[in-house]
Amino acid sequence: MAKMQDKVMIRLRDVDKCYGTNKVVKSLNLDIREGEFLTLLGPSGCGKTTTLRMIAGFEEVTEGQIFLEGENVEDKKPNQRDVNTVFQNYALFPHMNVEDNIAFGLVEKKVKKPEIKRRVGEMLKMVQLEGMEKRLPAQMSGGQKQRVAIARALINRPKVLLLDEPLGALDLKLRKQMQFELKHLQKKLGITFIYVTHDQEEALTMSDRIAVMNQGILEQIGAPEEIYNRPATKFVADFIGETNIFEAYVEEVMDGRIGISLEAGTAAVKAAGFHKEEMVYICVRPENLKISAEPVIDFNIRGKVKEHVFIGSVNKTIVELVNGQELKITTQPDVELLSMGSEVNLFWNEGKGILLHTKEEQIYNLIENTVKIEGGGDD
Amino acid sequence: MKLKRKLKEYKPISVLYPCLVYLFLYVPILVVIVFSFNTSRMNIVFEGFTVEWYFKMFENRQLMDAFRNTLLVAFFSTVISVIMGTLCAVGLYKLESKIKNIISSSLYIPIVIPEIVFGIALLVFFSSVHLPTSMLTLIISHITFSLPFVVITVRSRIAGFDPSILEAARDLGAGEFRTFMRVTLPMIMPGVISGGMLALTLSLDDVVISFFMAGTESTTLPLKILGMVRKGVSPDVNALSTLMILGTIAIMLFSQMIQGKIEKSREAHSGVE
Repeated sequence: MAKMQDKVMIRLRDVDKCYGTNKVVKSLNLDIREGEFLTLLGPSGCGKTTTLRMIAGFEEVTEGQIFLEGENVEDKKPNQRDVNTVFQNYALFPHMNVEDNIAFGLVEKKVKKPEIKRRVGEMLKMVQLEGMEKRLPAQMSGGQKQRVAIARALINRPKVLLLDEPLGALDLKLRKQMQFELKHLQKKLGITFIYVTHDQEEALTMSDRIAVMNQGILEQIGAPEEIYNRPATKFVADFIGETNIFEAYVEEVMDGRIGISLEAGTAAVKAAGFHKEEMVYICVRPENLKISAEPVIDFNIRGKVKEHVFIGSVNKTIVELVNGQELKITTQPDVELLSMGSEVNLFWNEGKGILLHTKEEQIYNLIENTVKIEGGGDD
Repeated sequence: MKLKRKLKEYKPISVLYPCLVYLFLYVPILVVIVFSFNTSRMNIVFEGFTVEWYFKMFENRQLMDAFRNTLLVAFFSTVISVIMGTLCAVGLYKLESKIKNIISSSLYIPIVIPEIVFGIALLVFFSSVHLPTSMLTLIISHITFSLPFVVITVRSRIAGFDPSILEAARDLGAGEFRTFMRVTLPMIMPGVISGGMLALTLSLDDVVISFFMAGTESTTLPLKILGMVRKGVSPDVNALSTLMILGTIAIMLFSQMIQGKIEKSREAHSGVE
């Protein structure tokens, strides 16, 4: 993980973006550090591409500020910002060959011809397209076009490279390979990458940090492990990887533990910061959810084994709870499977179930706190 | 075997039919060309071969003046309408507003309005602003009717563009003007050329609107020919028509050559810049 003293390369402060009355980005605050690979992850329409386009300068910020190396870039046009973009559909100039496409930015900067020639050569070598100088975009495959687009952006030695779903149009195998190459390239060059994708797997494998967005709001930002293991909201838990989500009610709060009741049973788990009679979500990853034919201490959640599915590296078991909810459980192939239809007890190890406040409850908390403050004033 | 089957496929009707179509299209043109070399004044029987009419035609001062006027009007109206039309098409492409639809559909109005109405409208307009008919009014009116054609051709070319290509140019450091010169214009060039060719042809053979617009000093060739034909089609008109046909074919070949060259240079483009 990056250290605190790392320099902030891009800072977004209370950034809003509206199209008419439609607010697509809502008071976004984000610090992106120098040299980091940050991914903006979210479903389509979550505002991630708009955020990227505001950083590039293609979209104006409705409210708030964007700083590049501490400088407010509000009045700067895209051609005046020290950032470059790799577009979703490559956006290569169809009338120019590979060499001219890559040299475009340097020609605009009035760099001398021999220098351009040298740097284009370097770039071609870097993206492994040597010997293709004279090809036109129409004569290249998707993967090759993407390499040209990356070279065309990086030749300008930008402070930040923005990538808008650059691998979306490629087939799975090529995408995996390019993910690897991009990550390598970023490490080698030390340039800040801001990467937009809706593919959570891609985000997890490539990023130093992931910013998960939903409906214009930044839900959580953190390292991939943090996002995966400690999701801050139900949305993040649901969107990243597979997860089982239970709704539960806090029956009692003991010393460092809480007793909860679910529709399908009860459990006592380690937790802090929750209070009695609160509704909570419990998120348990399929690999952390366990079943046993024997009763388990602290847990009384019963279900029936409905189905076993073999999916290669792991076994997947579907368990149906008494209330009809279906749970996914993955186990290693060497773990013996319980027979279908058998009654089982569900449990998870300490710390593997993530408890989250429900949104309604957060609002309830807020009202309660406000009332308290007002009450305090009267005293 | 194969040849036999192929011959079988060529039924007489499938050969005859296209032949008839081509005859229908080209016989009148051939007749004009043939009679332009006829010694007789009458366009009925071919009496003998001569090129006399061609010389006579070149000696005809009025005809040559009209020819010069036509070329001047065609040149200026084409150049100006291509520039204006291209800019208009690019501007419309970038426009993000509800008026865009109104503007683009209003482009078709000058095209569908009967030419005679358009001619009268222009005449009324120019007389109301006290502009006497001259080469100037002629050029302006030719720009007016060829402009929509240029806009439409260029727009159809630009419509399929991925807008991020222009954004990419901006992103890589090119300002608005540089983006236009280095990216937009080269990409729409084929559209600009065909729009220009269309404007040129329209201007060269326009009769109706020019009839209202041309002053005594600015008669165009089509008007002059029309005047001459009233007294019967003379062989020098045939000669002139023949030359015009050849001229048109030359322009057509030329434009195809340019288009071909553009495509070729794209393929064989070498070196930086």
